[in-house]
Amino acid sequence: MCAGILRLSKPISDAAPSMLRLTNIVAHYGPVAALHGIDIEVGQGEIVCLLGGNASGKTTTMKTIVGLIKPTSGTVAFEGEIISRLPTRTIIGRGIALVPEARRIFGRMTVWENLMLGAHVRRGEPQDAIVQDLESVYSLFPRLRERINQYAGTMSGGEQQMLAMGRALMARPRLLLMDEPSMGLSPAYVDQVFDIIQEINRLGTTILLVEQNAAVALSIARRGYVLQNGLIVAADTAAALLKADDVRRAYLGEE
Amino acid sequence: MLDIISILPQQLVFGLALGAVYGLIALGYTMVYGVLTMINFAHGEVFMIGAYIGWAVLTFLIGQQVGALHPVWVLPMLLIPAMLLCGGLGVIIERVAYRPLYARGASRLGPLITAVGASIVLQNATMLTQGARMKVYATHLLFPSSWRFSLFGVSISALTIVILLVSTLLMLGLSVLIQRTSLGRSIRAVAEDRETASLMGIDVGRTISLTFFLGSALGGAAGVLIGLYYTQIDFMMGYSAGLKAFTAAVLGGIGNIRGAMLGGLLLGIIESGASTLINPAFKDVVAFAALILALVFKPEGLFGERDADKEKI
Amino acid sequence: MIERFTRYSPALILGAAVFAPLLAPNDYVVGVLARICLYALLALGLNIVVGFAGLLDLGFVAFYGIGSYVYAFLASPHFGLHLPFALAMLIVTLSAAVSGVLIGAPTLRLRGDYLAIVTLGFGEITYICLVNLDRPINITGGPNGLISIDPPSFFGAVIDRNIEYYYLFLVVLGAVVLASFRLRDSRIGWQWQAIREDEIAASAMGVDTTRAKLQAFAIGAAIAGFAGGLLASWQRSVFPDNFLLQESINVLAMIILGGIGNVLGVILGAAVMVALPEMFRELALYRLLAFGAILMLVMILRPQGLLSHAGLPRLRNRTMSR
Repeated sequence: MCAGILRLSKPISDAAPSMLRLTNIVAHYGPVAALHGIDIEVGQGEIVCLLGGNASGKTTTMKTIVGLIKPTSGTVAFEGEIISRLPTRTIIGRGIALVPEARRIFGRMTVWENLMLGAHVRRGEPQDAIVQDLESVYSLFPRLRERINQYAGTMSGGEQQMLAMGRALMARPRLLLMDEPSMGLSPAYVDQVFDIIQEINRLGTTILLVEQNAAVALSIARRGYVLQNGLIVAADTAAALLKADDVRRAYLGEE
Repeated sequence: MLDIISILPQQLVFGLALGAVYGLIALGYTMVYGVLTMINFAHGEVFMIGAYIGWAVLTFLIGQQVGALHPVWVLPMLLIPAMLLCGGLGVIIERVAYRPLYARGASRLGPLITAVGASIVLQNATMLTQGARMKVYATHLLFPSSWRFSLFGVSISALTIVILLVSTLLMLGLSVLIQRTSLGRSIRAVAEDRETASLMGIDVGRTISLTFFLGSALGGAAGVLIGLYYTQIDFMMGYSAGLKAFTAAVLGGIGNIRGAMLGGLLLGIIESGASTLINPAFKDVVAFAALILALVFKPEGLFGERDADKEKI
Repeated sequence: MIERFTRYSPALILGAAVFAPLLAPNDYVVGVLARICLYALLALGLNIVVGFAGLLDLGFVAFYGIGSYVYAFLASPHFGLHLPFALAMLIVTLSAAVSGVLIGAPTLRLRGDYLAIVTLGFGEITYICLVNLDRPINITGGPNGLISIDPPSFFGAVIDRNIEYYYLFLVVLGAVVLASFRLRDSRIGWQWQAIREDEIAASAMGVDTTRAKLQAFAIGAAIAGFAGGLLASWQRSVFPDNFLLQESINVLAMIILGGIGNVLGVILGAAVMVALPEMFRELALYRLLAFGAILMLVMILRPQGLLSHAGLPRLRNRTMSR
């Protein structure tokens, strides 16, 4: 991909209040700069996707948002509040959840325990609310209900993905971040997972998702960013990105 | 030869009691290793300080001449302060000696060296403040030697039973805490995957401190029990007991709680068997040899899993 | 300022070392200087194992002990052998190197913490054997050790004054210092560094980690064993209590203080840790406490030690994976 595809960032519709705003984020991984100053905005209720190849900085972006990496410069704002310097657990407490790359479920614990860990941020709340959410998660992911007491490490990749998503949902996040949900899943599972992502969004959760599989990501997202070598090289509506020749060539394998 | 066979069951019982205490101490090692992947070298010293605290309380109570000292109320009065204070000491050690290093991402060598340093500081601080000579637990005032009974021809003292009982209760209590409570889940999450645990909103630092508290409290309890059993305590006792308890933790599979308990029992039996059958001076050698053999041939212990990413290599 | 010291240090140190005993007020001080040299040797040996190769050996004193006792076996009335100094020391060095390989071999696949514990265990086992192997056959002399050991002699000239021992030790020390620098900058030195930083990566790059680690153990042990032989010939006796775990810790503290991996630094560390307790005799009781505190304070506040720039290898920050 050459510099010719650099597009100006289009302002998002004013109708959707800004939920997450990254401003000129520079982030390092050791001595190497992984992000060279990126701007991302996610409006309330949207599904926004962040596309890019390997080592483009997608996961670094996710980690910077939740505070696992502290940005070298620039700010992350969530619902108007600057969260860039806060510790991860506080950021999570503000209403953001991350489904990490490669799922990172707790293999040595059962499905139920994983889900309960997801609800850790809500430990002050009455049990009923939590039980209710467990129920919602089980209805979204019936497979999990069948495996409540199974050790997560013994489940298939697709089931683990569902568990990771369910676990994130248990926190009742207002913003859900997902890092490559399609990775390592069979096409059937991918469809299932993305249907569920749409459902989650429909129920009110804002979603920012990072994906290599641009086709499926753009099929559910409203807007998208393209990240390359730590810089945003394209930002547009999903429809426009799907039509753009260079995007199609690079990420959709078409000519 | 007949001599040995006749005292073997006796030694077995003794070995079980000793092993139960090793298990208590081993739990401290295994828990800290689980969350930090490091060996808390100073843990043996915490155990030793627990013994001293128990001694101090006991001596105080005797001095007060409150009359009949019955273990039913005296024992908790020894155990509880020892456990609380040792728990607190564990947290202090973690904050002062280890946290600055692992927070910095220092290599494995760093925390190991501070641990050794902390261990030496604690040993010598105790020697300087308490004197180099041993202290004696007046156990006979608490558990008259007449309190014993016979089981299949083996004479078991009430003290032995109490030690077994208390150790088992504490270990079970810890097990329940770890397996069935939200706090236990947090600890297990931090032990398994620290980064993802923080994604759950878990305060990793506090969870680690808590783990130290629990492990050290158990070590303190073990100190009191050993003090009652052997009656003699000195500032060096943490060193060898610590090494053996660590052996027990490794035998059972380091990081594994059930393993630590069973490893302790196993080691206790092996050690008392060895000291009966071989020259007692070499009993420490047996423990070390067991450790070395275990680490070389089956480092994951009896219950551990071969963790591919937790480089044992 | 410390950096400038490092640049001029070789000349300064050499000069100071050669003239020091002549300026010493009495023979006792010369003895202290000799002891500094011995400990500096130990520190250099451990520096190779811990500092260069990154293997935390907590039982290093075992090699010191083995060297001492082997010399005692070869040059005392105990077994009736009185081998010449050079030959005895050769055997001592070889035996120590072999024991280094034997003790190191089981630890090859172990990670830092486990390595430390196993080596600690071997150190303890060695001590226990030294104390107890006097029955049924008297091999080690038991808790009372062995005495009447022959002093070093070269072509008939017997060494018997502290100042002569000092210069002997100094010559050995100088040789080991040069060897250390050579090793550090040689191919094996690079291999050790690679292993120390990231063993898996080193192995992937083609480094024969097994051989390199065994070599580190062997060389470190050989140096310690040699120092042990020197001790035996100086003290004219050996006792198990010369080789307690505490000594392993002392030597470790010396290299930590001076700067792990830094050849001159560890000598400074040895000098400081031998000299300070001599200067503060009244505080003898607090010596061990101070050593423990030094280990902690240095690691927490200045992990690279007094002289070193390099410092300890850093683990890649685990929270950043992409």
